[in-house]
Amino acid sequence: MARYLLTRALSLGLSLIVASVVIFALIEVIPGDPASYMMGLNATPENLAALRAELGLTGSPVTRYIDWVGGMLTGDFGTSYTYRVPVADLVADRIGVSLPLAIYALTLSTLIAFPVGIIAASRRGTWADHGIMGATQLGIAIPNFWFAMLLVLLFAVTLRWFSAGGFPGWSDPTAAIKALTLPAIALALPQASILARVMRSALLDTLDHDYIRTARAKGLTRGQAIRRHALRNALIPVLTIIGLQFSFLIAGAIIIENVFFLPGLGRLIFQGITQRDLIVVESVTMLLVFAVILVTFLVDLAYALVDPRLRRG
Amino acid sequence: MIAIRDLSLSIHGTPILRGVSLDIAPGEILGLVGESGSGKSMTALALMGLLPQGARTTGTALLDETDLLTLPEAALCKLRGNDIGMIFQEPMTALNPLQTIGAQVAETLVIHGRATRAEAQRIARDRLDRVGLSAIPLDRYPHELSGGQRQRVCIAAAIALNPRLLIADEPTTALDVTTQAQILDLLKSLVAEDGLSLLLITHDLAVVADMADRIAVMQTGAIVESGSTAQVLAQRRHPYTAALFAASAHTPSRRVHRADEPLMVVEDLHRIYPGARTLLRRGPPVAAVRGVGFTLHRGESLGLVGESGCGKSTLTRALLGLDPVQGGDIRIFGRSILPKMPDSTRAGIQVVFQDPYGSFDPRWRVDQIISEPFHLLPDAPRGADRRARVAEALRAVHLAPEDMDKYPHEFSGGQRQRIAIARALITQPRILVLDEAVSALDVSVRARILDLLAELQGAFGLSYLFISHDLTVVRAITDRVLVMQAGEIVEQGPTADVFDRPSHPYTQHLLKAAPRLPDMTERLA
Repeated sequence: MARYLLTRALSLGLSLIVASVVIFALIEVIPGDPASYMMGLNATPENLAALRAELGLTGSPVTRYIDWVGGMLTGDFGTSYTYRVPVADLVADRIGVSLPLAIYALTLSTLIAFPVGIIAASRRGTWADHGIMGATQLGIAIPNFWFAMLLVLLFAVTLRWFSAGGFPGWSDPTAAIKALTLPAIALALPQASILARVMRSALLDTLDHDYIRTARAKGLTRGQAIRRHALRNALIPVLTIIGLQFSFLIAGAIIIENVFFLPGLGRLIFQGITQRDLIVVESVTMLLVFAVILVTFLVDLAYALVDPRLRRG
Repeated sequence: MIAIRDLSLSIHGTPILRGVSLDIAPGEILGLVGESGSGKSMTALALMGLLPQGARTTGTALLDETDLLTLPEAALCKLRGNDIGMIFQEPMTALNPLQTIGAQVAETLVIHGRATRAEAQRIARDRLDRVGLSAIPLDRYPHELSGGQRQRVCIAAAIALNPRLLIADEPTTALDVTTQAQILDLLKSLVAEDGLSLLLITHDLAVVADMADRIAVMQTGAIVESGSTAQVLAQRRHPYTAALFAASAHTPSRRVHRADEPLMVVEDLHRIYPGARTLLRRGPPVAAVRGVGFTLHRGESLGLVGESGCGKSTLTRALLGLDPVQGGDIRIFGRSILPKMPDSTRAGIQVVFQDPYGSFDPRWRVDQIISEPFHLLPDAPRGADRRARVAEALRAVHLAPEDMDKYPHEFSGGQRQRIAIARALITQPRILVLDEAVSALDVSVRARILDLLAELQGAFGLSYLFISHDLTVVRAITDRVLVMQAGEIVEQGPTADVFDRPSHPYTQHLLKAAPRLPDMTERLA
């Protein structure tokens, strides 16, 4: 177990270092001058020099990289050029929207996908299975922004149960959760469809294994065999997909955030790019990379919890 | 206790069993013998009520007064594990890898509500002790146990509630001979001491000959002969029983043209694997092959026997030039194959594996499969010439030349093994390595493949290196034999000498463990 944890942790650290180098190189070192890129064509040399100093673009790339990484380690992500506030504050605000939204969507998708996948697998070949498979196909095929607009039309415009967009902040948690509900549903639909299909096929796979037959020979009913033996064995591929989906939800909700006017991380990075605020882009990208790698690490830990064979050594 | 009357079974309309009738008395061992597809396992699954979807049965299968065939599923669940326990062929996969063995044995008790959790643990401990695993703690996981130990865990789970009948479906087929002997002993003692009945399903007549009180022989879904073990084995009234018996002990007639010309010389060969990684460095290296030396002569048939993990497969891979070696030399046709085997040598030494289906690309036609080794030849035949060579190879293994346009799935297991042999022959090799080449085949098919190998050896003057865990087969087809244990050759010599007068304790141990068919002709007279 110690060895497994150590190698996983080492790989996490290494991935972070490699990612930081790549991001730094792409944005700062490779072609041209970030300052002139940010100021546009009509910048005066004085303004450019001032901006360069402000951005910390003076000095060798190596010292700048060390400054950047060192800053992030102490919580200093630099100051946004457009917002004129520390990037750390900007990110903190946005994470307050993006992280709960991602967790909300993932919880919904898991709550839907598990029972649906299990039902489809245990009734393989029946109308229930075919119906569920057809529905998930549809769930994957429907673009989620279009589905989001349908949700807005029905629940916000016609029924007036939810607001059509915006985020009131966490001072009123009920209102905040209400504001995140439609976006979470829109995000969860394709995720749940994919997850249900993975759950179904993983479960069908394990149901073919010899130990299910052994369990049945011991007197377990079909349902007991699924619950006590098949489910946990089917969890490994499902966990992989959940990890991927969570990583995607943190950064990839950008379209849904736009549909619902949510101040999330996706929109922050999008605005950063369009407004050429490279400090924001650089730091938020690094943060997202960190989140993705962390989630992967957690999924690896979950594997080891599920499967004793990985704890060896 | 068990009375099956006129049991017929069809699955999706395909008839599987036809009028099977069987009786099992309390405390009795019934051996159910037959080849694959004869319906042995389906008979057992019918008793358990675990038939696959689409199965329809007629007839009756009484456990005392209860007809198991008409029992509703809920009642069957109560019965399984309680009155009837079952164990299967593959101990490696028969246990849930994510659960401790203690939990899996205790589950039988918990599921039936017959014990509290703590009590179930205690009984699980008791049952594991009973099957000879007193040294293994309850919190071990299946991957920490050997195949034989896992089969014991399965038995412990099956007997947790003291069922009246234990069904063992090929319980030792996947195990080494010495482990097989131990498991069979355990089953025997369970019957003798705990008074349960045993339905022992196997393809191996030698196993039942030693175990069963009575034998029933199955062929294509019907019982063709049944009676006391001694009677069935001695009289063999049904031609199928006689054929099975003959095939089990089949020795092909071979004309040996052994020349004193060494084709493969192995000297002091070492194959060392780097040790497993620990936290920061590696553990000690593992020597899988240690100082192996032998010579294979032209026209000779050399056997290599040993149990799983002894290094046979590692040695074979090294001989085929598939793995690097860490010491010693391999010379084939007078030329060292180290560090890399030249193509010209490779064309002269070909291999046939255990599972031909696994070694064929299912999307390739037979002619593509057979002609593949041509890439080893500098002047490989093309076009019509190529097809003629493939047709010739197919004829040599008694398949029709027209078969070359078919795909592997259109053939039976025995035919696929013939295709694998044809593929090995296509480059006109001088050495054929047969790696468990007949181990997966039914006895009758195996007998015919052995005949074919004997015939090919005579016709082409081939040398065989015959690797197998099956001592009967090795005895039937080899001139000399190597016995391997823990990476070393512990004994070698003429096959008859080694088998009749084994000098090394390990060889003696192996031969003693191997189940043998009694010589019934003698007993009759």
